[in-house]
Amino acid sequence: MEFTPENKKKVSEILKRYPEGKVGRQAALLPLLRLAQEQFGFVSEEVMTYVASILDIPPAQIYGVATFYTLFNKKPVGKYHLQVCTNLSCCMEGAEETLSHLEKRLCIRSGETTPDGKFTLSEVECLAACGSGPVIQVNEEYHEDLKTTENVDRLLERLK
Amino acid sequence: MDLVLTKNFDLPDAFSLPVYEGRGGYSSLKKLFSLKPDEVIEEVKKSGLRGRGGAGFSAGMKWGFIPKNSGKETYLCVNADEGEPGTFKDRALLLKDPHRLIEGTIIGSYAIGCHTAYIYIRGEFFREYKILEQALSEAKAKRYLGENILGSGYDLEIYTHRGAGGYICGEETALIESLEGKRGYPRIKPPFPAIQGLFGCPTAVNNVETVCALPYIIEKGAGAYKKMGTEKSSGTKLFSISGPVNQPGVYEVEMGFPLRKFLQEQAGGLRPGKILKGVIPGGSSMPILNAEEVEQVTLDYESMNKFGTFLGSGGVIVIDEDYCLVKALRILARFYAHESCGQCSPCREGTGWVHKILKRIEEGEGKASDLDLLLDISDNMIGQTICVLADSIAMPTKAFITKFRKEFEDHISLKKCPKTIA
Ligand SMILES: Cc1cc2nc3c(=O)[nH]c(=O)nc-3n(C[C@H](O)[C@H](O)[C@H](O)COP(=O)(O)O)c2cc1C
Ligand code: SF4
Ligand code: FES
Repeated sequence: MEFTPENKKKVSEILKRYPEGKVGRQAALLPLLRLAQEQFGFVSEEVMTYVASILDIPPAQIYGVATFYTLFNKKPVGKYHLQVCTNLSCCMEGAEETLSHLEKRLCIRSGETTPDGKFTLSEVECLAACGSGPVIQVNEEYHEDLKTTENVDRLLERLK
Repeated sequence: MDLVLTKNFDLPDAFSLPVYEGRGGYSSLKKLFSLKPDEVIEEVKKSGLRGRGGAGFSAGMKWGFIPKNSGKETYLCVNADEGEPGTFKDRALLLKDPHRLIEGTIIGSYAIGCHTAYIYIRGEFFREYKILEQALSEAKAKRYLGENILGSGYDLEIYTHRGAGGYICGEETALIESLEGKRGYPRIKPPFPAIQGLFGCPTAVNNVETVCALPYIIEKGAGAYKKMGTEKSSGTKLFSISGPVNQPGVYEVEMGFPLRKFLQEQAGGLRPGKILKGVIPGGSSMPILNAEEVEQVTLDYESMNKFGTFLGSGGVIVIDEDYCLVKALRILARFYAHESCGQCSPCREGTGWVHKILKRIEEGEGKASDLDLLLDISDNMIGQTICVLADSIAMPTKAFITKFRKEFEDHISLKKCPKTIA
C-alpha cells in the first residue's frame, strides 16, 4: 500500500501548511486520512498503519482519531453514498418519506449497501442547507429540494 | 441600511477575484496597513461588532486578550464548521463571496499579529472548499497573500483545514484540538485560546460571518457600522430561515429588525393555510419562542434575552401548528445525543436519556411523570459540563415543555400524537 506519486506530492504540500516537528505532523493527520480515503476508498487498519508510518505517530493513536470522525469510512461504501439529512428542518419538509422511499427503491435499509455495491444509504445530521430540504449528499455533491418521490426517482435515474 | 455581508450576493460570479475587485473588493487593505494593529483592534471594538458564531462576544475585546510579544507565534482560526441545525448562513458566504472572507481574515490576522491563519472548513463542504481554495490561489497570485503584502512589510499565509464530520468541532477549543490532529474534545477553560490555543500559542477563533464584516468596518469606519442596529447589537446580521415559509433562505437585516416583519417581508410569510406555532430563533440550541412572543421580539441580542432565549447563530426555524413538538424536540435530542463527545457524564448520559424519554413519549409509551423527569434531567445538565453542548438541548427541552406543556401532556395521555387524530 502506497500513495500515488501525485498524492505523495500532495502529502509534502500538506505538511508544509503546519509547523515543523511533531505537532505539525500530527496536525496533518486529518488531511492525510482524507487523502488516503480518496485513494484507497475507505480507512482500513492497513491505511491507518500506513499513514502512521508517514507521520511517525503510533497507529493506535490514529485509530483513536479516525474513529471519532464520521466522514472516515471504516468499511467500504458503495459507488454512490446517499446521505440523507433527517434533522428538523429537513424532516418538516418530508425527509422521512424521502428516506423510506429510498429504502424501498434500493431494497436496503439505512446503514446498508446494495448487494451490487452501487449504493450505500445513510442518515446524517444537518448539512447546513436547511432552507431547501430535504437534502441528500451524494458523495461530495449536495442535492436539495428532494421533496417528492418523483424528485428522488429522478436523482436515482441520474446515478444509474 | 448598507449591505455589509450580502452586497455581492446579486452577482453570479462574485466568487471570482476580478468580479470581487470590480465591486471594490480588497480596497480596505490600503487603509488597513496605514493603521497600527492596535488601532485596528480599537476600531473593531468601537464598531461594537459581536461574534456571529453564537455567543455574541465582542470581537475587538477577544482580540485584545491576545498577548503581544509573547515570543510565540499567534494564530487566527476562522470557524467555517457550520453545523448548528437550522443554520446555513456561513455556507452562503463561502459559496458566494469567498474573497470577502479572505479579506476579513487578512484584517483579523494583521490585528492580532498573526502570520499563519487557518480556515477550518466543515468536511462535508466540498464545493465550498474548492471555491475557497480557488479564491485563495487567486488572492495569492495578486499578492494579497504571502510575503510583504502590497508592499506593507506584512506577511500572511492562509490555509484551509478540512474537518471530518463532527458537530462538536465547531466549539472553539474542540476546533483547535481537531486542527492539531486529535479527537474533537473541548478543552477545559482556562487557559483560554487567547493565551494557549493552537499548538500552545495565542489564538483567536472567529466565525466566518464575523470575519466577513471586517472589510466594511475598516473601509467605512466603526461609526458607519455602529450607526446600524441597536445600542448593544450594532450592525447587520445574516439570518437563515427554514420551515414552512414561502421563501426560506439567507437574508441580511439590520439588528433590531422585528422577527414578525422578518417572517413576513423576507421569508414571504407562512405557506398558505399554515398557522404559526413557534420559532426557534438562533439555531436549534436556542429556547423556542411561542407565537405570542414572536409578535414582540426583535432580532438583536437584548430583545432575545428579554424573552429568555438567544440570537445564537441566526438560524431561524419556523414551526407551524401541524407539526408535532414532541417529534421536533425528539429529533433535536437525537442530534445532541449523537454529537456529544462523551467527556462529561451529565452530557453523555443526559442527552441520551432525554432522547430516550422523548422517543418513548412519541411512540405512545410516555408516563405522566416523564415531563417533570425531563425538566429535572435538564436542570442537572445546565452549567455542569466542559462546553455548552449539554445546555444546548437542556435549555430547549425546558422551553418546549414549559411553553407547550399541554401538547406534551396530550401526547402522553392519548398514547399517540394528537395531530394524527382527525
Ligand atoms: C457545541 C458547539 C458548536 C459550535 N459550533 C460552531 C460553528 O459551527 N461555527 C461557529 O462559528 N461557532 C460555533 N460555536 C461557537 C464557537 O465555540 C466560538 O464561540 C465561535 O467560533 C467564536 O467566533 P465568534 O466570536 O466570531 O462568534 C460552537 C460552540 C459550541 C459550544
Ligand atoms: S458538554 Fe458534552 S460535548 Fe461538551 S465536552 Fe462535555 S461531553 Fe463533550
Ligand atoms: S436540517 Fe437538513 S440540512 Fe439542516
